[in-house]
Amino acid sequence: MIPVHATVCDTLADLVQNSIEAGASRIELDVYTGPDAIRARVADNGKGMDRETLRKAKDPFYSESGKHSRRRVGLGLPLLYQTAEAVNGKADVQSAPGKGTTVFFEFDANHIDTPPLGDLPATLLGLMTFEGAYDLILKRETPKDGYKVSRGELADALGNLTESANLALAGAFLRSQEQGLMY
Amino acid sequence: MAKLTLNDLRKLRDEKQKTMAKRDPSHKDAQIIVGMGTCGIAAGAKETFNAIIDELDAKGITHVLVRQTGCMGLCHSEPTVEVIAPNMPVVIYGNVDAETGRQIVHAHIIGKTLVDNHICDKPAMDIVR
Repeated sequence: MIPVHATVCDTLADLVQNSIEAGASRIELDVYTGPDAIRARVADNGKGMDRETLRKAKDPFYSESGKHSRRRVGLGLPLLYQTAEAVNGKADVQSAPGKGTTVFFEFDANHIDTPPLGDLPATLLGLMTFEGAYDLILKRETPKDGYKVSRGELADALGNLTESANLALAGAFLRSQEQGLMY
Repeated sequence: MAKLTLNDLRKLRDEKQKTMAKRDPSHKDAQIIVGMGTCGIAAGAKETFNAIIDELDAKGITHVLVRQTGCMGLCHSEPTVEVIAPNMPVVIYGNVDAETGRQIVHAHIIGKTLVDNHICDKPAMDIVR
């Protein structure tokens, strides 16, 4: 398998971007890493999908028509399912129109094909800079430790999160949380 | 490294604002937008995004707005970066790795010149923006 998404963070970035594009105003991102498992959950209150759309979203040759009117490719969820299958993991998507979507996945941390976690602070920083008034709430956990941080809190402390000076500070803040984690 | 608290962050921000106020704000209103669809992510847009923020910070440029967006339709040329700077044409750059991202900061944002060999034109025609 050649992973197109080389890290777990690439998958997370894809999923959260889906939530933003689905018009969510609140996105919860839970990330757990332990000796045996990597688990994540992305829960949004965006527009959600009906059963038929959800079925199609798992097909790599489907994309929502509004964005790419003539394109027939949409790889976000299919890549997640492919990775989950390859590493003895599982992935699950629950969705309801008008209510939102929750994506959950778990990978075996010791499977040889399990992608590394990747750069979570950088991923999170990027995910906080999309346009719109959504809140993104990270709950990070290891077996011994954890932290929580949200886009709202950072914006409250810093002001406009997309200004380069503030981005540099927010990046340092997020890195300090991750580097200070005990395992 | 000890974990920073939100109060630490506020203090750092206040200190930075004091130095920011003394600097030339002529880069204000410039925007750098990094495409982060599935295509951009797979091609390494996160490294590009990091490099741009890092380079702006290293050059003491505080007011450029850096954002992410979804797919711009140029999946064959990812990572793509759109730059909107005052008195400059709006440009989408393609195949922007971390090094080219730094070059965009030096040439386009600071030097007001375009970065050769990476200019891609506007978003693909079938992309609704």
